Amino acid sequence: MSLLDYFKISKVGTASLAKERLQILVAHERTSLNQPTYLPQLQKELLEVIRKYVNVSQDAISVSFEQDEHQETLELNIVLPELQTKNT
Amino acid sequence: MARIIVVTSGKGGVGKTTTSAAIAMGLAKKGHKTAVIDFDVGLRNLDLIMGCERRVVYDFVNVINGEATLNQALIRDKNCNLLYILPASQTRDKDALSQEGVGRVLDELKKDFKYIVCDSPAGIEKGAHLAMYFADDAFVVTNPEVSSVRDSDRMLGILSSKSRRAEQNEEPINEFLLLTRYSPERVKLGEMLSVEDVQDILSLHLLGVIPESKSVLNASNSGTPVILDEKSDAGQAYADIVARYLGEERPHRFIDDKKGFFRNLFGGK
Repeated sequence: MSLLDYFKISKVGTASLAKERLQILVAHERTSLNQPTYLPQLQKELLEVIRKYVNVSQDAISVSFEQDEHQETLELNIVLPELQTKNT
Repeated sequence: MARIIVVTSGKGGVGKTTTSAAIAMGLAKKGHKTAVIDFDVGLRNLDLIMGCERRVVYDFVNVINGEATLNQALIRDKNCNLLYILPASQTRDKDALSQEGVGRVLDELKKDFKYIVCDSPAGIEKGAHLAMYFADDAFVVTNPEVSSVRDSDRMLGILSSKSRRAEQNEEPINEFLLLTRYSPERVKLGEMLSVEDVQDILSLHLLGVIPESKSVLNASNSGTPVILDEKSDAGQAYADIVARYLGEERPHRFIDDKKGFFRNLFGGK
């Protein structure tokens, strides 16, 4: 550390970048870790059941799990194809 | 009532064994009968850091398997007669530790010791899992560096979901942050994550900061826990941590760059 270094202090260090990257990563990993392990299997089986009645595609169904202090919520979202809304 | 402390981190090389040796010695020096256990089966090193590598006869796995008694395996520290070391074995068998066996040894130690310090191996495999499973308190050793912080966060998730306390719906493990290899100069230059940055991300109670210090390597070279080097910054930082853990009020040190402007100006070290 010498006199010259004092002129370089104004440059932005990489620590702020590290913090930003970590905050995003850690938030993401915490939500995925808290999800129950049965979620992928549940999604697969639900899809099979729904397909007995309606021909939906693989990505037409989404299962998400949310948790706060008071409750756990399992959200199931199915997008039905437009032409198949009539009874067959 | 005995307390079990796990020293953990997820990532390797951040200072778990250095910390385990230092705080175990610190607790014993404060008059508490303490045992420190190496959970790193196959890669034991606590014996080297404690300077008792030539006195190892029996180890943790021998005790679990009933091949030796606990008293035969425990090594009394040469510097402090209230401190005992239980070394890991050098067997290649990864499954040598069992949950039931570890629990049995810890129960026996709890009858006689005030503090039991569990030096966890790196990673999240069996050894690391068993080191934290029975813990009452966890010292999470973290470097101000992205991979270490991420792994510490992962370890916090494991402590809160996979421990005995979590499984039995007891009060959760008390978690403390120990930030090691900290360089206030580099933090000031914006080159290193600060204490506040790490706390923002991990939301942990800070037990203390250990500055990057030559004394840590000197201590391991000679097989003496760094806390016994009372003149060194790292030794003092560990002494503060032990005091804080025991409930004493100690202001945080080694966080700010204390080198003066003029000293820096002339390139002083």
